[in-house]
Amino acid sequence: MGGQWVQFLAGGLTVGSIYALVALGFSIIFNASRVINFAQGEFVMIGGMSAVSLVAIGMPMAVAIVGAVVIAAIVGLSLEKFAIARAPRANVVTLIIITIGASIFLRGIAQLVWDKGIHSLAPLSGERPIALFGATILPQSLWVLGVTVAIVAALSWFFGRTRLGKAMLATSHNRLAAQLVGIDVATVLFASFGLAAALGAIAGVLIAPITFTSYDVGVMLGLKGFAAAILGGLGSFPGAIAGGLVLGLVESFGAGFVSSAYKDVIAFVIILAVLFFRPDGLFGALRTERV
Amino acid sequence: MDSLAHFEPNASRRYVAIAAWWGTPRTGGFALLALVIALMPLAIANNYFYDVAILVALNAIVCVGLNLLIGYAGQISLGHAGFFGLGAYGSALLASRYGWPPLAALSAATAGVALVAFVVGRPILRLKGHYLAMATLGLGIIVSIVISTEDGLTGGPDGMPVTPLTLFGFVVQGERAWYWLAGGCLLLAVWIALNLIESPIGRALRALHTSEVAAEVVGIDSARHKLLVFVVSAVFAAVAGGLTAYYTGFITPAKASFMHSIELVTMVVFGGMASTFGAVVGAAVLTVLPQLLTVLKEYEMVAFGALMMLTMIFFPRGVVPTLGACLRRWAR
Repeated sequence: MGGQWVQFLAGGLTVGSIYALVALGFSIIFNASRVINFAQGEFVMIGGMSAVSLVAIGMPMAVAIVGAVVIAAIVGLSLEKFAIARAPRANVVTLIIITIGASIFLRGIAQLVWDKGIHSLAPLSGERPIALFGATILPQSLWVLGVTVAIVAALSWFFGRTRLGKAMLATSHNRLAAQLVGIDVATVLFASFGLAAALGAIAGVLIAPITFTSYDVGVMLGLKGFAAAILGGLGSFPGAIAGGLVLGLVESFGAGFVSSAYKDVIAFVIILAVLFFRPDGLFGALRTERV
Repeated sequence: MDSLAHFEPNASRRYVAIAAWWGTPRTGGFALLALVIALMPLAIANNYFYDVAILVALNAIVCVGLNLLIGYAGQISLGHAGFFGLGAYGSALLASRYGWPPLAALSAATAGVALVAFVVGRPILRLKGHYLAMATLGLGIIVSIVISTEDGLTGGPDGMPVTPLTLFGFVVQGERAWYWLAGGCLLLAVWIALNLIESPIGRALRALHTSEVAAEVVGIDSARHKLLVFVVSAVFAAVAGGLTAYYTGFITPAKASFMHSIELVTMVVFGGMASTFGAVVGAAVLTVLPQLLTVLKEYEMVAFGALMMLTMIFFPRGVVPTLGACLRRWAR
């Protein structure tokens, strides 16, 4: 009985970490630009698929992973440069459609570059499951958790200690004020897309050995990441992480105890319920409308 | 226009009044749309073109309703395919599985959707911006997963066949009959929307779009108005969904999916927000475009995504308002 709980907990935390990484990407871009980037899920796909291809042409795993993250970051930077930056006066709905157009475009490209098949990536350290408190845990799950913790630590160092990180934080609080103290807001916007894409690609590389990857994995992962970011409170980094983990756990326990077909329904019902009581998410600051 | 007419001599005052009457979207635009629908069959060569025209009209009905919500009230919905799907499956289930008369099934399904929209609308519409987008998206996904999963009832991902529509004892069949039915329904939808926009409700919606607090200060019950337009747009979607199910004779969960919701919102924004005829144009272009793009085969998806990005970058306000502004500048 206890083993089952540990099993669902481990599964939930693994998937939840991936959602948290995608949600962080949403929040980073939202903070810099007030844009919801619906192409965020495609960065996850590009990361996973690129790693598969780079390994297939004989690169060592570590090089392939770095290569995949770099490829996704370049795609993210291009998206900002050639699409988002070209529509400075577009409203919320128009920007949503531009990023959805971008996600369809990227999926179309992926379909041409790769194929419509399902691909797998070798796990980072073996496939032999580890027995723990009566549950069996894949070594890759530990990698997912460990790398996520490391990334969160690196991000808090980046936003707290580095010049660019502080500039990004300042821009998120008040764009005009940041501009007035000499922060190059355009660079911040540019960098935020690269950073978000890199985070997405890392998530994609981490999850590919567990769930496989294909040209269309980004759709659902992107929506879940968006849901996690909203659940935690859009723009809040602790919120994105908490939102991701909660979403992963709800899904895992929902699938285990209620119905695996309805795990997504359970997740969305809970998100709706949370929003009804906390319209700005778990960690979102309460807003007031200015007249 | 009244103030202008005041300074004109008597004879031309009448001319100005007539011009003003025809120049408003409510009359001139409506007459133009009716004319296009009436004359279209002269240009239509075969049943394939009729088929596309019918799908355009059915999609346009959804978009005209959705535009009231997005364009006028300023409330985004990324889940309207859910209402479309509920209308379609509700009609299909009642008519095909339980033997209801198709029109009664369509009415009951629409009433059911209106009730659902009314119940979920109030808490959902308290949310703003991206949070509202998330909530409506979640709602749509819940509907689409339930439809795909309950395969004993709905046939699951494979879809289900639907009985043909009978109206007053006559079976509506063939592209020509459906063309007039869909065209008539579209005209009715546009007429309702145009009158709603010109009514005090329409002015209230535009006021709360600009600022909800300011609207409430002048005495507009913004929650009630938002709920009203949400229910109206859901009803338009449900009716179009039911008609689509009867017309195509077969329905799959794809019609209730997130991607279909996105297509609907894209049609509205592409044509031009807060423009009823923009919504019709958007529905027409984005229904015809994928048919044209099929010649590109494997490049279809790339081309569609690129076109979506480019039009939104170059026409952020939508095609009809942007071209309208160009025309007005040219006329001056």
